Amino acid sequence: MSEPAIELRGVWFAYGSVPVLEDVNLVVEPRDYLALLGPNGGGKTTLLRLVLGLLRPTRGSVRVLGVEPTRAHGRVGYVPQRAQFDPEFPIRVVDVVRMGRLRRDRMLRPLTARDREVAARALATVEAAELAERPIGALSGGQLQRVLIARALALEPELLLLDEPTASLDERIGTSVWELLAELSRSLTVVVISHDIGAISRHVRSVACLNRRLHAHPSRELTPEMLEATYGCPVDLIAHGHPHRVLQDHGGTR
Amino acid sequence: MDAWTEPFFLRVVAAGLLASVACGVIGTFVVARRIAGISGGISHAAFGGVGLGYLLDFDPTLGAAAFGLAAGVAIGLVSRRVGAGLDTLISMVWAVGMALGVLFVALAPGYAPDLTGYLFGSLLLVPWKYVLWIALVDAIVLGGVAVLFKELQATSFDEEFAEVAGLPVEALFLGLLALTSLAVVVLIRVAGVILAIALLTIPAAASRQWTRSLRPMMAWATAACAACTLGGLLLSWSVATRVDVALPPGPLVILLAAALYVASSGARALVRRRAEASGSA
Repeated sequence: MSEPAIELRGVWFAYGSVPVLEDVNLVVEPRDYLALLGPNGGGKTTLLRLVLGLLRPTRGSVRVLGVEPTRAHGRVGYVPQRAQFDPEFPIRVVDVVRMGRLRRDRMLRPLTARDREVAARALATVEAAELAERPIGALSGGQLQRVLIARALALEPELLLLDEPTASLDERIGTSVWELLAELSRSLTVVVISHDIGAISRHVRSVACLNRRLHAHPSRELTPEMLEATYGCPVDLIAHGHPHRVLQDHGGTR
Repeated sequence: MDAWTEPFFLRVVAAGLLASVACGVIGTFVVARRIAGISGGISHAAFGGVGLGYLLDFDPTLGAAAFGLAAGVAIGLVSRRVGAGLDTLISMVWAVGMALGVLFVALAPGYAPDLTGYLFGSLLLVPWKYVLWIALVDAIVLGGVAVLFKELQATSFDEEFAEVAGLPVEALFLGLLALTSLAVVVLIRVAGVILAIALLTIPAAASRQWTRSLRPMMAWATAACAACTLGGLLLSWSVATRVDVALPPGPLVILLAAALYVASSGARALVRRRAEASGSA
């Protein structure tokens, strides 16, 4: 199990002629809990999609759980930021969650009792068991987010990727999601994109900042240099538990 | 004269009801997955095969099946690679198929007598051989959907996640388009290349208003399609026997389906308003 969960070497990516990622190098060790920060358009979602094998790098190499990203399909859970699907699609929540149990080599066989049980447990884990029979279009934003997390958990992933999982949640549910991720990160690798710097500073083990280029950090401490390099301007960091400005005054507007 | 004592009428009804199965099952996927445009392309491209059948003197329905399958697979393969511009591509396949059909027919020796049947449907002239073909297509469609239901449901709903889970999403999509092509060829018999798409979409869209998952949606779409087909046939029959005007059943079926959809939408709105009223009371 010494194989890194994610290994990016000199990865470049562009949509047509628009550069998105430049020379990104990143190693995520097994059981790490990494937060990916950065401005909108900084390439965070693109990086996740490269790891998922949904995109191919223009240059460089991506390895996931020791293999090519597409060969890791079925071992990596994914919670997209915005649902990619049609909310009018006639499908029940429980069938959405059971999608996590589908595999290429089990296509012609029906789901087993264990498959159903794993899906039900995943739904219970995100406190959404009572939603099982609802049509997906009848859910609120927060309920849908929890169902998508359950679907990723139902896959029983070794690596879990989440793209702003708490953006549409109220504070109580958001907190419970962060606690759930902290719990899960003891047994699997978690990578989360988020803007919730307070929650990140409380929960994650390491932080990387992405603004076309990656600024990785082995701890969860955020330095002003990292944030400045990421967001392209001086940022004030106000962290949880420190009811004051934790960074030195960087001059500028005053 | 009673329609039900006529052997030819029973044959026509059998064909219509059997076609409703493929119509309801595949129409459900077409509506839920929003591939009506692709299905329209398949249907019109199939006319090229009809023309080729006239030109080379083989069964035009076989030509329609071959062209429909080729168009479906081609659009499916290209659509996953181009992303944007898909509607342009579909309109090209759509028009090129029709253009080829018209040219092939023009080149074919002699007069093409039942050409309008392929354009607008020719249910009344259906021979027993085609009734068996329709039953065969039903068996393939039902078998394929039954065996791969959860995978087709998953890829139709959210292809990205299905791919991450490890499903062969492209093969499943092409398989669905192949089944769609077969269903389209069957519906060409009922309503013709120009009207088949309406039969594939309208009953399923009406069914969608009352159902919350795919299986009941398929069942009700099949029932709606069967009701409209039967209604169109009976209407055509009674007009023919009472006022001696031969109305083709295909367009009647489509108009009945449209009326059913409007009625269904109205009823749906009424039910919703009543539910809201009782909820707020």
